Amino acid sequence: MKRASWRAAGTVFMIAACVAWLVPVLFALYVSFRPYAETSQYGYVSLPHHLTFQNYVNAWTQSDMLRFFGNSVLITVPAVILTLLLASMVAFVVTRVSIKVNLALLLMFTAGNLLPPQVIITPLYRLYLLIPLPGFLSSSGYLYDSYTGLIVINVAFQLGFCVFVLSNYMRTIPDEMYEAAEVDGAGLWARYWRMTMPLCRPALAALATLLTTWIYNDFFWAITLISTGGKRPVTSALANLQGQFVSNQNLIAAAAMIVAVPTLVVYLLLQRQFIAGLTLGSTKG
Amino acid sequence: MLAIPVLADLAFIWGPAVVSIALSLFKWSGIGGLHARSCITGGLFPDNGCFTGLGNYNEAATNYPPFWPAVEHNLIWLAVFVFVATPLGMFFAVLIDTGLRGNRVYQTVLFLPVMLSLALIGIIWEFFYSPNYGLINTVIGHNTNANLIDWLGDPSLNLWAVLVEASWRQAGYVMVLYLAGLKAVDANLKEAARIDGANAWQTFWRVTFPSMMPMNIVVAVVTVIESLRAFDLVYITNKGTNGLELLSALVTNNIVGETSRIGFGSAIGVVLLVISLVPISAFLYQMFVRREAR
Repeated sequence: MKRASWRAAGTVFMIAACVAWLVPVLFALYVSFRPYAETSQYGYVSLPHHLTFQNYVNAWTQSDMLRFFGNSVLITVPAVILTLLLASMVAFVVTRVSIKVNLALLLMFTAGNLLPPQVIITPLYRLYLLIPLPGFLSSSGYLYDSYTGLIVINVAFQLGFCVFVLSNYMRTIPDEMYEAAEVDGAGLWARYWRMTMPLCRPALAALATLLTTWIYNDFFWAITLISTGGKRPVTSALANLQGQFVSNQNLIAAAAMIVAVPTLVVYLLLQRQFIAGLTLGSTKG
Repeated sequence: MLAIPVLADLAFIWGPAVVSIALSLFKWSGIGGLHARSCITGGLFPDNGCFTGLGNYNEAATNYPPFWPAVEHNLIWLAVFVFVATPLGMFFAVLIDTGLRGNRVYQTVLFLPVMLSLALIGIIWEFFYSPNYGLINTVIGHNTNANLIDWLGDPSLNLWAVLVEASWRQAGYVMVLYLAGLKAVDANLKEAARIDGANAWQTFWRVTFPSMMPMNIVVAVVTVIESLRAFDLVYITNKGTNGLELLSALVTNNIVGETSRIGFGSAIGVVLLVISLVPISAFLYQMFVRREAR
């Protein structure tokens, strides 16, 4: 009896929490569907007279949204692939090749990922202004204000977490498999690419989901290392749109919802992968 | 196989971290070169590109009004995460783990904010807090010009308003971490405690919680690091000014603002670095040193 009433209280609490959790998102969604003329007269908290997609159409056409999404793709896709490729190599060497500095390497990568980005931004900003790049990699001629620069820092910064997770994962592969492969004459590269990588597929899939979301969601690197508005990926472009649409908040709501779409797709389809990625690094320790 | 990733990490993460310590000892606008000579005070123009020793730190502590408020706000941020967001997330996880009906739905809903970017979260909440039209003021009847509450504009309120946004996300994050931690706890332990007459409260604190130790460390580190990294929410709200100063925002404002103060920005960065090294070392110790010893 007492147990049943505890469960009931728990259920009520969770339902209340879920409602409270959804309200801010649903409220912004509601605003995005209402004409500006109506909400400026009655406020956001009012019954709708019209619901419309016009804010979405306007937010899309009055900004360079397609271009910003293109920028996000151009940055996120190569960054995710490069991060996973490089991190898996480090993790493989650290776990499977016995060299003296293994622990030091692992410490260096893991700690690097934990630093607040603001700790390194000042020298990084100067460094980016010093490193010249050929025109096909950067229209600005430097790492600063280029897609390449943004890819580089995202890769460098996320490497740590991925090395940590992948090395934990690779440690669970039995040594006997490697011994057998070596007896069969598999070289270092074959043991990495043909044997370890396929075995790590679940971890790689989870990390790919996580990295795609994180890099897509990045705000800090993009606002500090990209100065040309038109080169910004969509998450950081949102801050500029906020200024551009300042007189029409409903448009901002619609723009925010458009920007949320890719993460919502991941949320609905790949939530399991995302959570697996978040917890992989911490449960196997 | 190691060269490229190691070089990338050294050049773009650790290099800058070390260089920022060196730069913090100089007074530099970023224009002109750096010189290995001491700064001259009292000249016609402020001296530039010169060695000032601990001058930047001294200036931050004594002659830079936003510095101490930023330290205070970072501490408040940490306190709210430690005492509100993290316990709330843990409580969600424990309730979901007891197998309440509909627990998949609860988990999915509470996890939603973790997927959204912080910049987006800041924008979404602006509708909630909007002074004239927003949800909160309309509900509590403070939406007329005579009695407006400006949640995000009033410097005595806005930190708390933004902390609600931050906790909204952080609690979901902590929840999924603890859900994984709870799944790893041996069910027999809990059963044994129950048979010995322990109630749910005792079982959790004396049996379940201590056996989740690795996860507790991860959550503790995430809590501290996330409160030091806090940036996006305050930056999207008002660029980290007027009640929302944070160390991270001060660093950024000193390099991307109209006044570029490289040395001074680095000094604040170093302050942030030194503080961050505490939780980072704790984490590394737990994850590597203790595990290697096992």
